[in-house]
Amino acid sequence: MITNPDPDQHGLFGVSGSGDTSGYGGLVRTQVSPGSSERPYGGYFDDVADSLERAYPAFNDAIEKVVVDRGELSLHIRPARVVEVAKILRDELLFEMCMGVTGVHFPDQTGRELHAIYPLLSITKNQRIKLEISVSVKEPHMPSLTGVWASNNWHEREAFDMFGIVFDGHPGLTRILMPDDWPGHPQLKDYPLGGIPVEYKGATIPPADERRAYR
Amino acid sequence: MSSSFDPYASSRETTEGTVYSVTGGDWDDLVSEIGATQDERVVLNMGPQHPSTHGVLRLILEIDGETVTEARCGVGYLHTGIEKNLEFRNWTQGVTFVTRMDYLSPFFNETAYCLAVEKLLGITEQIPERASIIRVMLMELNRISSHLVAIATGGLEVGALTAMIFGFRERETILDLFELITGLRMNHAFVRPGGVAQDLPEGALAIISEGVATVRHNLQDTIKLLVGNSIWLARTSGIGYLDVAGCTQLAITGPIMRATGLPLDVRKVQPYCGYETYEFDVVTATSCDAYGRFLIRVEEMEQSLRIIEQCVERLANTPGPVMIEDKKIGWPAQLALGADGLGNSLDHIKEIMGTSMEALIHHFKLVTEGFRVPAGEVYVAVESPRGELGAHVVSDGGTKPYRVHFRDPSFNNLQATAAMCEGGQLADVIASVASIDPVMGGVDR
Repeated sequence: MITNPDPDQHGLFGVSGSGDTSGYGGLVRTQVSPGSSERPYGGYFDDVADSLERAYPAFNDAIEKVVVDRGELSLHIRPARVVEVAKILRDELLFEMCMGVTGVHFPDQTGRELHAIYPLLSITKNQRIKLEISVSVKEPHMPSLTGVWASNNWHEREAFDMFGIVFDGHPGLTRILMPDDWPGHPQLKDYPLGGIPVEYKGATIPPADERRAYR
Repeated sequence: MSSSFDPYASSRETTEGTVYSVTGGDWDDLVSEIGATQDERVVLNMGPQHPSTHGVLRLILEIDGETVTEARCGVGYLHTGIEKNLEFRNWTQGVTFVTRMDYLSPFFNETAYCLAVEKLLGITEQIPERASIIRVMLMELNRISSHLVAIATGGLEVGALTAMIFGFRERETILDLFELITGLRMNHAFVRPGGVAQDLPEGALAIISEGVATVRHNLQDTIKLLVGNSIWLARTSGIGYLDVAGCTQLAITGPIMRATGLPLDVRKVQPYCGYETYEFDVVTATSCDAYGRFLIRVEEMEQSLRIIEQCVERLANTPGPVMIEDKKIGWPAQLALGADGLGNSLDHIKEIMGTSMEALIHHFKLVTEGFRVPAGEVYVAVESPRGELGAHVVSDGGTKPYRVHFRDPSFNNLQATAAMCEGGQLADVIASVASIDPVMGGVDR
């Protein structure tokens, strides 16, 4: 699930404690994130959930929650169980293709900062669902799904390269886009951009990540 | 083994045995040198600047004589951090970045991104019909120009120079149309969340129809030159074999998948932008090889021309607008073409500067801050010339994307290099990779 790192946003700009005289400092905005969904999910999503529950007895233990949002179904799966569930999804529910993995970093979700989201496609049934697995940034280990869908090889390497998620069992988990000796994982939210302030006609513009900006 | 220092073929001792690095010089000298060792194992680096690759791709080939025993790709040379950059710009500005990912199919990147943002906003139904038709027309024109490059460079790579000349000649016609409509030949940033940046210029439909006729006529040259040509067949037929099981396991989509006989096309199975209302066929072949992929690309161009004709017909009867009615999402001003290019219309400047303080405040807020997108995540797929292009967009409720990931088909499909090339001839590696049609801008992002 996408929860806002700061559920209550104070002010319009990403700074606090500064002399913000714009008059917006007192503004508090609460973000409503899509939470766990209740049945019926609608469309083919109930069918997918039912079939998975039938084919996989440990459903309640493995699936942390089911989120239906904007016409898409996400199954949140405990990292330890993900390979079992993936095999059932591939063989019994006919999700033949895994379209890759997207890493997302939520620094404020302590203990589950790193999310890996796998979009699946069933050609036979013309259905799409997503698997979401979250791990902590201190122990960023989760099982690799390359054994289930070989296509994940490069995608998992990219997620490792950009987020540092370690996919245990991956046949060759090395960097793919950044140079081999690159320090750090660039897509992490706390990765420094490394920009320098630029002076122009006496005024100084800070780099993009330190600039006062709407958020 | 010669003990003298050779500047072109230095050698060093490793745990694996003697490793020779050849950077030039005489091939015969090298062969005579390594002939002396017991187990010969030649690792050949093709690239990163090899002219036969689409962009900067490095192929690491282990060869035994002329046979490729192992093939690996080294990518990342064009990595520009577009996905990271997106997180520091507002939602509308994101279009300018994504259009540069796969530079041969910019309209697909833009549309996938915009469809995802629109899905997050929940405004998919409110996109004006004219905007959707323009998007479809631009995407299909783009599909032709991209397939033309695939065939042209593919031809060039196996030595068919005429195919290259023909392909780029036709592509020029289409790029002229892009320039007419968007002002730019590449990197248009024309599709925006909520619609498209600008309506078609006056008289554009007639020029597009003319362009379609020209392309259709000139395509015959390529077809006559290559279809059934025995040299072309010898280079592509049976080369780069990948069947439906391999494609499924490697999540390969696009012409490679359709060359196995499976009519997988997102436009048909999960339509977007109103594709379900157009008449066109999904082209398939059953040969699973490079020649089949070539035939599919040729026939798909014909199908795209069919769709473009339907678009032109509809555009003649569908009046604007081309941007969503919600002023908070669309750019606050109507853009107009001035002497110095596209910009805010003078009428709008007059209004905000001269008559309405409220309008000025709104303009300022919307331009500097942009709009907010409710928290959530969506995955939207479109059928790009190379297969399924997926935009995975995450919002935290702010004015900037929280995370944008593009599932680029080139990136995914390039994984098939090993499956297609290993066990084949060295010369066929070129034809196989050309049939994948990878665009490194999309692979590395």
